[in-house]
Amino acid sequence: MKLTLGPVLYNWEPSIWRDFYYRVADEMPVDTVCVGEVVCSKRLPFFQDVVPEVVERLMRAGKEVLLSSLALVTLERERKQIASLAKEADPLVEVNDVTALVYLAGRPHAIGPYVNVYNEGTLAWLGRNGARQVCLPPELPVSSISALATACPDVALEVWAFGRLPLAISARCYHARLHKLTKDNCQFVCGKDPDGLPVDTLDGQRFLAVNGVQTLSTTYANLIENIPDLAALGIASCRLSPQTCDMVAVAAAFRDVADGRLSPEEGRRALSEICGEIPFSNGFLFGKAGVDYRARSPE
Amino acid sequence: MELICPAGTPSSLRAAVDAGADGVYCGFRNETNARNFPGLNFSPEELAEGVAYAHRRGAKVLVAINTFPRAGALNLWFEAVDDAARAKADAIILCDIGLMAYAAETYPEMRLHVSVQAAAANPDAIRLYVDEFNAKRVVLPRVLSVPEIARITRATTCEVEVFVFGGLCVMAEGRCSLSSFATGLSPNMNGVCSPASHVTYEETGGSVVSRLGGFTINKFAPGEPAAYPTLCKGCFKTGLATGYIFEDPVSLDAATLLPGLKEAGVTALKIEGRQRSRAYIENVVRTFREAISAVNEGRAIPAGALQPMSEGQSNTLGAYRKTWR
Repeated sequence: MKLTLGPVLYNWEPSIWRDFYYRVADEMPVDTVCVGEVVCSKRLPFFQDVVPEVVERLMRAGKEVLLSSLALVTLERERKQIASLAKEADPLVEVNDVTALVYLAGRPHAIGPYVNVYNEGTLAWLGRNGARQVCLPPELPVSSISALATACPDVALEVWAFGRLPLAISARCYHARLHKLTKDNCQFVCGKDPDGLPVDTLDGQRFLAVNGVQTLSTTYANLIENIPDLAALGIASCRLSPQTCDMVAVAAAFRDVADGRLSPEEGRRALSEICGEIPFSNGFLFGKAGVDYRARSPE
Repeated sequence: MELICPAGTPSSLRAAVDAGADGVYCGFRNETNARNFPGLNFSPEELAEGVAYAHRRGAKVLVAINTFPRAGALNLWFEAVDDAARAKADAIILCDIGLMAYAAETYPEMRLHVSVQAAAANPDAIRLYVDEFNAKRVVLPRVLSVPEIARITRATTCEVEVFVFGGLCVMAEGRCSLSSFATGLSPNMNGVCSPASHVTYEETGGSVVSRLGGFTINKFAPGEPAAYPTLCKGCFKTGLATGYIFEDPVSLDAATLLPGLKEAGVTALKIEGRQRSRAYIENVVRTFREAISAVNEGRAIPAGALQPMSEGQSNTLGAYRKTWR
């Protein structure tokens, strides 16, 4: 089982963003690292200049790098950015909206978790179009994951295994709305919440988190206990999505469970210690409410 | 501009046609359809009868097969496409790439419309569906302003259809799993959002709490009408504020924008609401018929033609007005 570090979804300070990836290069036991802005094109100019050095450092450390594209493309400048990203031959582009597919047709690329790949017909079409690897939508149950892995063994499949679940993307910026600003004059207030802004029910129950135009779960996805089952299905890699907790320790726990040095239960306990009070979710895997967590039954 | 109207039942289809719809859209009674609600929708036989009724009166029928087929169970969706072709439907409305590939190859003569659930929000995304699957029309997601729509119509040969009235998705359509996060059932996979099967209302001392999948979505004071707990229109708490974090309980009414949408090059205007009653459909269709005919003929929209129709709800222009974002 390989490990992929997903792109940072939040608006982190450029220096913190850069130093995070330097630490990834030096210390994190992952095979693949995604770099790029997926959520809001307005954030990109702040760290665009340090992307080349980050990519270079990651590659020098032996990581495969993917350049992640924007998940919702509406503006002309966003289209141009996608077109220019798609000119890259190395590293590969990770496509998060079908917009990029017209530019990448026939050339190798990756498909990110924001493209709707629910069935073998779509997966086969994407494979013919040049997709080598696909991170599946987090909503998919294990029955679908299994059917996809069986139908298209040539495309490497990845599952969303750690971090807040990306549940929705909108034209509206909820951070700006909460701060009584408009999106065009947002003052980049999403930067105040480097792990997302928690949204609770009126009863104070934890529920969701907002990150600019994106809505996520407040829980962290955690499939560490499901690694043996996913590996048995032929899943090629687990995606870990950066949060503000110690991601090197998170990746180490996943690595240890995947390699059999820790039992799945020990892996979950290790993650509980790293993540503190944040509850975990893996309900989508079982076709249940995504918020649920089902512990591994003792063998 | 064409007027495209919803029909959840055969009698609503006839009502919409009689009230002046240019086209009616509907779906089958199963999970191939994003309005997979109990008591709604069409059998293949009912669809064939509906198509015949509409064609006799010069109207079209568009069949929405707009969920994402389940892996390992593609046949249900293939059969829906087959049944729509057999019923002589005028077009099918699809969102899934794999299903589009099947339809384009099996029924090359059938008109393919790109569903709003595909969220094709720019000319490149639209080009993909046109070039690969010969799509003839795209229903735009509700994330674009009117000038942005105009830029899209200029940049594509594909016909453009937009929503003008009814329920409003706050999130980009087809890219939202809020409902399944709370309930296990989603628009993309099951054709339902915030499903009634997971809704409860609890009354204590005259106040009502509405819940979805165990999560409190809103609270209502005694005497206040308790709205349906659609997740993205719920009332929530953050460190900054308590309220409608995502969207107020509003619905879309873009009637005042009709001239602007015509100028933007829009081909068809769509009304949401396959779950609505026949009487509601009749009223909304008749009203929009008058307004669109006036705009098409260059007349002023008749005064009073567009009185609020949204049953007590407040209205919004949504993303058509840029500051909504």
